Amino acid sequence: MYAFAYHRPTSVRQAANLLGKLDEAKIVAGGHTLLPTMKQRLAAPANLVDLNGVNELRGIERSGRSVTIGAMTTHAEVAESADVKAAIPALAELAEMIGDPAVRHRGTIGGSVANNDPAADYPAACLALGATIVTNKRKIAADEYFKGLFETALGDGEIVTKVSFPIPQKAAYMKFRNPASRYALVGVFVAKRAAEIRVAVTGAGQNGVFRWAAAEEALKKRFAAKSLEGLAHPAEGLNGDIHADVTYRAHLIGVMARRAVAAATDRE
Amino acid sequence: MAAVSMTVNGKAVTGDIEPRTLLVQFLRENLRLTGTHVGCDTSQCGACVVHMDGRAIKACTILALQCERAQVTTIEGLANGAELHPMQAAFREHHGLQCGFCTPGMIMTAVDIVNRKGNSLDEHTIRNELEGNLCRCTGYHNIVKAIAAGAQAMGHGLVAQAAE
Amino acid sequence: MTATGIGASVRRKEDQRFVTGRGHYVDDLTRPGQAYAYFLRSPHAHAVIRAIDTGAARAKPGVLAVLTGEELAADKVGGLICGWMIHSKDGTPMKAGPHPALAQGKVRYVGDHVALVVAESLAEAKDAAEAIQVDYEVLPAVVDAGATQTSGVQIHEVAPDNTVFRWHLGDKSAVDQAFANAKHVTKLDITNNRLVPNAIEPRAAIGEYDPGSDSFTLYTTSQNPHVARLVLSAFIGIAPEHKLRVIAPDVGGGFGSKIFIYAEETVCLWAAKKVGRPVKWTCDRMEAFLCDAHGRDHVTHAEMALGEDGRILALRVSTIANLGAYLSTFASSVPTYLYAPLLSGQYDIPAIYCEVDGVYTNTAPVDAYRGAGRPEATFVVERLVEVAARETGMDPAKFRKRNYIKKFPHQTPVIMTYDAGDYHASLAKALELADYNGFSRRKRESARNGKLRGIGFSSYIEACGIAPSAAVGSLGAGVGLWESAEVRVNPTGSIEILTGSHAHGQGHETTFAQLVSDRLGVSIDTVSVVHGDTDKVQFGMGTYGSRSGAVGMSAIYKAIDKVIAKGKKVAAYVMEASEGDIEFKDGKFSVAGTDKSVGFGDIALQAYIAHKFSGQELEPGLKEGAFYDPTNFTFPAGVHICELELDPDTGIVAIAKWTAVDDFGVLINPMIVEGQVHGGVAQGVGQALHEGAVYDQSGQLVTASYMDYQMPRAIDLPSLTVGMTVTPCPSNPLGVKGCGEAGAIAAPAAVINAITDALGHEDIAMPATPQAVWRAAQKARMPIAAE
Repeated sequence: MYAFAYHRPTSVRQAANLLGKLDEAKIVAGGHTLLPTMKQRLAAPANLVDLNGVNELRGIERSGRSVTIGAMTTHAEVAESADVKAAIPALAELAEMIGDPAVRHRGTIGGSVANNDPAADYPAACLALGATIVTNKRKIAADEYFKGLFETALGDGEIVTKVSFPIPQKAAYMKFRNPASRYALVGVFVAKRAAEIRVAVTGAGQNGVFRWAAAEEALKKRFAAKSLEGLAHPAEGLNGDIHADVTYRAHLIGVMARRAVAAATDRE
Repeated sequence: MAAVSMTVNGKAVTGDIEPRTLLVQFLRENLRLTGTHVGCDTSQCGACVVHMDGRAIKACTILALQCERAQVTTIEGLANGAELHPMQAAFREHHGLQCGFCTPGMIMTAVDIVNRKGNSLDEHTIRNELEGNLCRCTGYHNIVKAIAAGAQAMGHGLVAQAAE
Repeated sequence: MTATGIGASVRRKEDQRFVTGRGHYVDDLTRPGQAYAYFLRSPHAHAVIRAIDTGAARAKPGVLAVLTGEELAADKVGGLICGWMIHSKDGTPMKAGPHPALAQGKVRYVGDHVALVVAESLAEAKDAAEAIQVDYEVLPAVVDAGATQTSGVQIHEVAPDNTVFRWHLGDKSAVDQAFANAKHVTKLDITNNRLVPNAIEPRAAIGEYDPGSDSFTLYTTSQNPHVARLVLSAFIGIAPEHKLRVIAPDVGGGFGSKIFIYAEETVCLWAAKKVGRPVKWTCDRMEAFLCDAHGRDHVTHAEMALGEDGRILALRVSTIANLGAYLSTFASSVPTYLYAPLLSGQYDIPAIYCEVDGVYTNTAPVDAYRGAGRPEATFVVERLVEVAARETGMDPAKFRKRNYIKKFPHQTPVIMTYDAGDYHASLAKALELADYNGFSRRKRESARNGKLRGIGFSSYIEACGIAPSAAVGSLGAGVGLWESAEVRVNPTGSIEILTGSHAHGQGHETTFAQLVSDRLGVSIDTVSVVHGDTDKVQFGMGTYGSRSGAVGMSAIYKAIDKVIAKGKKVAAYVMEASEGDIEFKDGKFSVAGTDKSVGFGDIALQAYIAHKFSGQELEPGLKEGAFYDPTNFTFPAGVHICELELDPDTGIVAIAKWTAVDDFGVLINPMIVEGQVHGGVAQGVGQALHEGAVYDQSGQLVTASYMDYQMPRAIDLPSLTVGMTVTPCPSNPLGVKGCGEAGAIAAPAAVINAITDALGHEDIAMPATPQAVWRAAQKARMPIAAE
């Protein structure tokens, strides 16, 4: 790790001020992407602004129509939350599938969403559920937020403060883990709301998380795994690596989507 | 350099450290608590697992400065004097270790599993919860047995003797 | 048997310190004034070093020294060696290229050692390493064993086509004739995938120099500290043997990878004198992936000739073994004498011929990894046997039975004389434990759930307890493979066992004490085992090749014989009887036919106070040593059965049941033995399903961390059913055979045989990752296209 200066603000405003004032500053939330990257000397922030002291960023709130999760809420807290389990069980299940127990005790939803790793799980939930990413400056619809590999709509000095998820009628997440890293090789989140059906795919796309329009169309006719039978995702635009070439990934998108729909419809 | 203070194994400790010091370095190098090990660079092997404010974390993926005012428990702080913690005793009784290098992280993880999931753990739950702990010696067979027995013992305050 | 004697599942003495975090691994040690080492490694697989500019690095804060191969050469520090001479078919010796501990003129794989930085802190050493300027002329690289000989790339001057040796074993003409008469020939192309050992404790070293005594101390993660000292002294020339102390304290797993003498400990020792400070190096995981000696990596074509009745007539095997960019310490022995002599498996095969080309590539050196040669041989034999059975329409269990060796001793056509075994017994027990008869029912159940179920066997054999020194000497070994022991009885009756074996997970502190407890009738609590320090222990050969029971304990056994003999002499004086009348039993010396007896502890005291005899008649003291040289290899063997279920839609394989029945001879501590089986199976399953080192064509290691190299996790394995059969080994006094490698040897073939069974015989290479299994399942499902 290269040397850096460490800052621990206690409010979002303080954090934003630090980010505005300091050179080459980076936010650390759970740190489970940033710190390993820094250890490998692949990131070299001169200043590290730690959000762990900002209590206003923690917590889960449920209203009639949505669940809102503070950015510094850990994966473990989401997975264990009675509110999340009751309102959007698929989201609690997704959180439980991230990393391992120790990672889930540190990793946060805000960190995951801000980092937008193309193999991360939360982006699929955000996109499929039509979440709103709330920052210290504005609210951003998930459709407008995820811009590509590790790229988001966040501007300089903008801090994710919470993520608000509309409560769906039915939803499920199916993850095919990378055998080594356990990130999503292919993860498919399906959600059915009154007005809309969404299928979001993570881990597979060259540009990160994306929606599978053809599957959404097919599911509009009937929200059932059968509706996706024979539907294949094209290999174009997908990632290929030693664990899964584009053909296999494309195939897995279909399998995971069908299984996710089956899980969502079986939930009653 | 920056000042840090925390409670480790019930004792208040302080240090004057570079901000880039990881918790595991602070424990091993500053406090000479070398039971917490480092087995990888990618937060995956779990040899460095300790408890921070009662929850298992990977000491290789947190700065010591982030533990300011925290309660940290390491493998050295688990036993009650000469008396082994039931989970430590279960690992010994069920041969849940060979070279011993992954063992501290395994035991700290195991205690955390019990804290979260209770004293009655089935095999699938244990194997699933060991996602973040690698062992190269045991094939996990006896680790799983040890954790199941240790979990029971943590409920009863004693270790089942029958391993066979 | 005493409660703590041979055959008892005694809980391990060493565990107290490990479960409390009080072990002492090398990285846990801090020496006064210690400085930190960091190696600058080659980012290129093959390049000429035109120049190295260390000026800017030397000026960085905290830097004590920046050292390169040039200084190493100037100080006449010798290169790393390969200690086993292999001769090619034409009689020429193997082509060993130079292997400097810091690169001199050229780098040959990614991770090759270019320069050393020693600084006040590790962070400062890393900061400075980035300031070293190296001018590389990048050369084309070759990474594949099958391609290197015709690649046109030349890695070492001594080996123009990258061939280290062209070796063979067996009677070619007898084999050719058998094939000419064969009723059926089974042919297979096999890749034995490259593995990274991945002991969870990374390697580490602290080099220390004391100018007062002009002597060195090396703390190192070694499986064989004395051999390390011998090589560092006699070949590398760091210091004379008596001026070099090597300490291998608690070591966190080895699996072969910590046998070898590497560049890092060599350089740290040398640098300690140059810098005048202890120099500590600890490997990080990525460095371990790049630079620890890897395992396996064979490309093989194998053929089996069958007679009318399903009998195996002959075996023909041709292998190219990737040895990496340099010859590691025992690299040449692994794909030759640890491989081809095991190709007879458990079968009566009249004729076997094996050719092996050892080749250089621009990859990390390859050497012994758990099983070393024997897993490769077993995989060849057990895949051939399984496929041959299927091709001839025979039940695989029946096919094996028909061909098993039934009479012992049995001379194979490839060197080995199997001394004892009962292969039918192991198979019968395994079939029963695995409920083989119920398999077809379970297969139907799986099918109802859309899953494919398969069952696979592996009837493995290994040659362990390496090895008779004269035998291995005749085959090219540079050392003898005996073991030493010293039994030091203290005046109070407590006992220290000094052994040349080294434990890094095997539990010697317990099992060796059990032997003492059993033979001397003392509590194991009064016995301590001392190992891993060349200043304390007489010369020894270390722990690998499942040898510490058969060879290491036999040496202790022999030393105990001498202690008892000496004790009898002392007892004769103490009890005023004739020596011939003294008996030793259950911890007591007694006079035959009388009720006179004295306990072992009292005799120890009498031996030291020497009041009852004169020094002219009998030397005081009670301490005996022994060197034990085995008379044969030992031959553990058994049957493993893997039953698994695979999801043809995703390619995910789940092992449903694992049955292992092993014959390790006499068991000292069944609990520990079973633990060895568990661990070995996990590594073998890892090889079959998960693990594989992948280099891209430019020579970059793609799988350089756990993010891409899949280690078996708890969730990947089931609980294992382990059974035993026992035929005592006739060649050592304890009747033990060795158990450390069996699982890793047996498992890969069992898994692949099960997968191919599930897939309806479609072949698949290791590792059978989900992607590979899915693809094979697609192929198996596909109707055969009309031509």
